[in-house]
Amino acid sequence: MSHLRFHVRFPEDKVKEPIIYQIGREYNIVTNVRRADVRETTGWVDVELSGEIAEIERALDGLRKKGCVVDPIELNVVE
Amino acid sequence: MTKMKALVCRECAKEYPTKAIHVCEMCFGPLEVKYNYEEIKKAISRKKIQEGPHSMWRYIDLLPVEGTNFVGPHAGLTPLVRAKNLGAYLGLDELYIKNDTVNHPTLSFKDRVVAVALTRARELGFETVACASTGNLANSVSAHAAAANLHCYVFIPGDLEAAKVLGNLIYKPHVVEVEGNYDDVNRLCSEIAGEHGWGFVNINIRPYYAEGSKTLAYETVEQLGWKTPDQVVIPMASGSLLTKIWKGLHEMKYVGLIDEVHTKLNGAQAEGCSPISTAFKAGRDFFKPVKPKTIAKSLAIGNPADGYYALKATAESKGAMEMVTDEEVVDGIKLLAQTEGIFAETAGGVTIGVLKKLVKQGVIKKNEVTVAYITGNGLKTQEAVIDAVGRPTRIQPSLVAFEKTFKLGKNGGGDA
Ligand SMILES: Cc1ncc(COP(=O)(O)O)c(C=O)c1O
Ligand SMILES: [Zn+2]
Repeated sequence: MSHLRFHVRFPEDKVKEPIIYQIGREYNIVTNVRRADVRETTGWVDVELSGEIAEIERALDGLRKKGCVVDPIELNVVE
Repeated sequence: MTKMKALVCRECAKEYPTKAIHVCEMCFGPLEVKYNYEEIKKAISRKKIQEGPHSMWRYIDLLPVEGTNFVGPHAGLTPLVRAKNLGAYLGLDELYIKNDTVNHPTLSFKDRVVAVALTRARELGFETVACASTGNLANSVSAHAAAANLHCYVFIPGDLEAAKVLGNLIYKPHVVEVEGNYDDVNRLCSEIAGEHGWGFVNINIRPYYAEGSKTLAYETVEQLGWKTPDQVVIPMASGSLLTKIWKGLHEMKYVGLIDEVHTKLNGAQAEGCSPISTAFKAGRDFFKPVKPKTIAKSLAIGNPADGYYALKATAESKGAMEMVTDEEVVDGIKLLAQTEGIFAETAGGVTIGVLKKLVKQGVIKKNEVTVAYITGNGLKTQEAVIDAVGRPTRIQPSLVAFEKTFKLGKNGGGDA
């Protein structure tokens, strides 16, 4: 069981969709949102995904397919 | 006394011990170092600083290390150059260049942050240090690790220029070239930092690492005769440098070294990667990540970790932000070299370009004491200017040919 933390940005047109809830149902992982900022045309969440590492990676792909951009919680670390 | 009180979450203010951690367990916000300013105030004085080492370590009372077994003992205390020629050209009475092109040992301001990071990493018991970088940071970590006998891993994207790679290899760290694009390297490094017990300077050591930038504020104030500048221009990549200059200025007030801070911060980016400046100019308190495309590669961070805090600090200071084209970056490099004899890398071109723009806009005024932070050396980014500097004048090996070409002496018809 792994716990990985991510910063997930929603595409503008999907800010109001329950995307985090959906991936929690579609994949065998637990989602735990710690911080979020959702506005009219922009939104992000800082979320922990817990589960088998391969399943987490599938969930990340799922998020990307929905148009989300997934970064590590630290954002860009290659300076 | 212990000058470091705790690590504190920048979002929810929860406190943590001063270990190698960087993310709040509660809210996942970033951590930063919190100090006992009341205690530091009793220990610090202008006199003590001036009698301290000829390096940034003269400000040790405000840096997040416990002992004096420094890695990078010579970092910092670079010249503050009174830039009369450039000032006259731009129409500024009192312009200074903080010249970190000559920082020790790897010629960029990163030597400050890395000196703090590796000193702290060693105090925390790490024998292996690492970083992910496309340039200056890797050079600095590699050099410092070599001198400090630390094992070192440097992660770089697969498509880096040969010269940049060599600047690491010469110090013989493990240079790991990761196949894939920037985002792939980025994700991998975050995962490695989580899995391996290393001192990853800009990940789990970041709260300490970032504090090194404060010394650029301290030194500027001391070199101005314990006065704060009216305006500063700062290049931004992650935005950390800008936020830490702001923190440093205020700390000097907290500990009684100066009476007030009235400095306006001005953030500088290249148009091809300007998420922070774009947000500021649009009046937003959040930025939209971008895919970088600029010759200013040392500033090419599309999703900057401190972008939000840089926006906040600049607004608090009533400052401004701007961005310049790659062409203006090259012009900025040339202008600085030709007026002040300082050869800066592309980040310096961004700073000078933005300075010029802000003066023109009337944001920075003639009589304001202004400091431009020039943070890296031009010898590292020669490819950026190679087509913009002309060629040598070629002559035959004869005095006649020389005098004719330059219109000098008997044969040239000019002044003898
Ligand atoms: C030469 C130079 N200047 C400025 C910066 C900006 O630093 P920051 O990421 O703290 O905004 C960098 C960062 O990589 C750099 O290499
Ligand atoms: Zn927190």
